[in-house]
Amino acid sequence: MKLLTHNMLTSHVKGVTKGYPLLIKATEVKVSEEEFNPNFVSRMIPKLEWSALVQAADGLGHLQDLPTELIADYEANEDFLRKVHRVLLEVEVLEGCLQCPESGREFPITRGVPNMLLNEEEA
Amino acid sequence: MASSCRRPEHMAPPEIFYNEEEAKKYSQNSRMIEIQSQMSERAVELLNLPEDQSCFLLDVGCGSGLSGDYLSEEGHYWVGVDISTAMLNVALDRDVEGDLVLGDMGEGMPFRAGTFDGCISISALQWLCNADKKTHSPPKRLYTFFSTLYSSLARGARAVFQLYPENSEQLELITSQAMKAGFSGGMVVDYPNSTKAKKFFLCLFAGVSANLPKGLGTESADKGVPSQVQFTGQRSRFKNMKGKSAKKGKDWVLEKKERRRRQGRYVKSHLSLIGIHFKPRYYI
Repeated sequence: MKLLTHNMLTSHVKGVTKGYPLLIKATEVKVSEEEFNPNFVSRMIPKLEWSALVQAADGLGHLQDLPTELIADYEANEDFLRKVHRVLLEVEVLEGCLQCPESGREFPITRGVPNMLLNEEEA
Repeated sequence: MASSCRRPEHMAPPEIFYNEEEAKKYSQNSRMIEIQSQMSERAVELLNLPEDQSCFLLDVGCGSGLSGDYLSEEGHYWVGVDISTAMLNVALDRDVEGDLVLGDMGEGMPFRAGTFDGCISISALQWLCNADKKTHSPPKRLYTFFSTLYSSLARGARAVFQLYPENSEQLELITSQAMKAGFSGGMVVDYPNSTKAKKFFLCLFAGVSANLPKGLGTESADKGVPSQVQFTGQRSRFKNMKGKSAKKGKDWVLEKKERRRRQGRYVKSHLSLIGIHFKPRYYI
């Protein structure tokens, strides 16, 4: 699970109103190189919850030099876009779980795949 | 698909039908791969994404990643959702580029509002129309799926579903729940006159109305044939399999006789079938 996906994932359990952002409890993390696509990164930035991204990267120990506040005029700032690219697409959680901030319910992650299947009472 | 005669969704729920053996078969069958790839290509075409732009897409019922591979080839980033662990494991073994999520369509899409630039789904939606558990209500699950999908799509985005509708009731249920959820759009039928090539794509628009794309193969020969296929209410289980009538039915008998006549062979008159025998009679 890349941090881009994590930034979009929310708990959809019945009755939960604040199921975002899911807290990452990782036991295995992988960093791999991905081709840098500045246009894509630039277009994704407005969709991101910046504080959730920072919190997630920090929790995994991969924040590095990513700014904690979104900077203005980022479209032309290649340096900044590269930092965002690294955090969004190159850091992957392979094993662990995602925890709902409201209920504490955990969604396990296996081989990088979060299990979002609900129980009967939760649907 | 495993069995060519029966619909898979009548045999078992998807997470059971797509077990390890089936998952392996599915992704090694070269014909299956080709068909899935073609349908993915057509679905992406119907998405009408901005040219030369890498988009963030959702693949519902992504399975072993056959459709996802096409999305990656086109330079898009994607997230796939599937209910079968076995199929997702095959996708992982095949090293697909997209992120995978184990989830049930009918429980809703677990994503924030406005996440995706578009959504495709190849051969998955019909699974939602069967109640696999006592607690399942297909209309409710369809609505839960469509309403959460609607919100997870960016405004102006489209969702394209290739599906195999069983009958008109099913189609009606699907489209009505999609409309209830806020979508506009409709069915695009490619090659409506060909039993083999005919494909159904449910094309949904989130937030803006647009003209429904034309189905392929609708401008040829028969102008009188509509591009929307009319279904009868009954399940067309064995009728018109491979373009021919079911064996031993009246139509089948008549077709066979016609065929034999064309071949120049002797064909008994109909009358002998209904017991009228003209025997010579001797009158004194």
